[in-house]
Amino acid sequence: MSFSWVRVGAIFQKELRDYRRNRFMVLTMGLLPLIFIAAPILQLFTIKASITSAKLDSRIGISLLYMLMLPTIIPSVLSAYSVVGEREQGTLEPVLTTPIHREELLIGKALAAFLPVLAVAYVIFGIFLGAVAAFAHPAVTSAVFERDHLLIQLLFTPLVAGWSIWVGIAISTRMSDVRAAQQLSVLASLPPVAIVALMNFNVIAPSLALALGLAAALLLIDGLAWRVVAAMFDRERLITGIRS
Amino acid sequence: MVSTPASLTDVEVSSSINLVGRAPSGPDGPRTVERVGEPGGSCTDMSRSDGAIIVEHLTKRFGDRVAFDDVSFDVGYGEVFGFLGPNGAGKTTMVRTLGTLIAPTSGAATVAGIELRPENGPAIRSRISIMPEFPGLYLRLTVAENLELFARLYRLSDPQYRIERVLRAVNLIDRTNDLCRSLSKGLRQRAALARALLSDPAVLFLDEPTSGLDPVATREVHELITALEDRGVTIFLTTHRLEEAERLCHRVAILSTTLRLVGRPLELRQQLLTRNLDVRTRTDLDDPGKMFGGLVDVEGWEQVLPGLYRLTVVDPDATAPVVARTLVGAGVDILSIAESRRSLEDVYLELIDEDVEVKRR
Repeated sequence: MSFSWVRVGAIFQKELRDYRRNRFMVLTMGLLPLIFIAAPILQLFTIKASITSAKLDSRIGISLLYMLMLPTIIPSVLSAYSVVGEREQGTLEPVLTTPIHREELLIGKALAAFLPVLAVAYVIFGIFLGAVAAFAHPAVTSAVFERDHLLIQLLFTPLVAGWSIWVGIAISTRMSDVRAAQQLSVLASLPPVAIVALMNFNVIAPSLALALGLAAALLLIDGLAWRVVAAMFDRERLITGIRS
Repeated sequence: MVSTPASLTDVEVSSSINLVGRAPSGPDGPRTVERVGEPGGSCTDMSRSDGAIIVEHLTKRFGDRVAFDDVSFDVGYGEVFGFLGPNGAGKTTMVRTLGTLIAPTSGAATVAGIELRPENGPAIRSRISIMPEFPGLYLRLTVAENLELFARLYRLSDPQYRIERVLRAVNLIDRTNDLCRSLSKGLRQRAALARALLSDPAVLFLDEPTSGLDPVATREVHELITALEDRGVTIFLTTHRLEEAERLCHRVAILSTTLRLVGRPLELRQQLLTRNLDVRTRTDLDDPGKMFGGLVDVEGWEQVLPGLYRLTVVDPDATAPVVARTLVGAGVDILSIAESRRSLEDVYLELIDEDVEVKRR
């Protein structure tokens, strides 16, 4: 029996319906973006005209980092819940009794975390850019709208989200407690953001070549992570709690 | 008996179905009791190759712990096969193994005509359905949304028609758009059964389907199982409720890590247990030992209550008149003489007790 996008779509739709009616998920998806839009705007709008160039870079770095925390934390919370949450509710076993392949299940779950988060992250970044363009000091505006900054944000948003999702699912397949899985997952999702932060803070001089190189590396890691997670998905262990 | 898997799309529930006293039948006609591991005892006719389930020397271990060991049996198409055992006997593990959710340690099996191998997992799962002990419904989704999900996972054609049919079959059509969390435990069990029926499975595994249900909900599930049986669906039913197996199953197997016994419930009682006559008298007998000990057909006796004696006999029908004549001849006032019918529970407890004693040794 071959891979079926119909089954992927079924899981995707189910996940979205489930998130929509899950109060915790709705709060997470609603509150975090508000925090991550308010904090950077506050950072930039309180800048005085006399600020030094180094401090301006630092403020912008922090603001852009907030933007990247959104596609890092939300998918890690969602994906950490995705397997262990179903185990806790007893819904995983009935799904695994169907002809679904583990790859179909994992891709369905990953897409359900990835696409909404990507949309929210870009919308929030758009609002941030709009606010900066409309109300920030011209020096701030020109620094934020630097090509490299924009490129880093646009390029790394889906890549760090992908990393967070696969790490979250991997942890979720091995944990037996939702809360522990989510905490561990958030921690494990941070390393790629740290690298981007170094660029945002100009610790590593951001350049197009460096950004593209790191993005390619992260893309490769995301691709490999997906294969690793698929291999880690052990039906027997998930159902019995015992390694097969 | 229906010999091929039937479509479930026509399943309708009939509350007038007689659950008691159905003639046990199987695809191969009447079967005899098979006591596993005894001389001359064979648990399965392995020459048959067309069974819905054929299990040969299947073993599952989790490290040092043995879930079940060297189990062999077969289930014919259209048969309702009961799998009995105490908690921890390996019943659920057997269902999960045959459902390709976990891999056996050794042995072989064929499920719905497909060999049990890891690479055949999706193919086997597309031809069977498993209803786990706990319904496992998505509580934040409606009944219909739960069924839609599974219809798509099975890639079923005309899903809306199928969903409507199975919901009608389990009398849940009026709750179609209700969130599953608003359903009672019994209704959730029905929804889970509807989900299991959705794909017209060749073999339906029901793992403790009435666990935790009240008597009314239990009866409803029993009626649904009987209706499915009437449609020729092969059902593999695990339970520790002995009266359930006795009422619903053509054959039962008793598992306690190893398979202890396979047979028809009635035959299990008749062939494996000594038979009894309960004799009630107005007053206690002066010397029951002398009275009953002198009768050739009486193998033993015990006083159960004042004025109630239980005789162990070979043939109750032949012995009852002899006992009556003897007692009347001795001037005893007889209130009643009746065969004491022993349930499958007696067989079950006897076997489990044997296991406990063997383990003690």
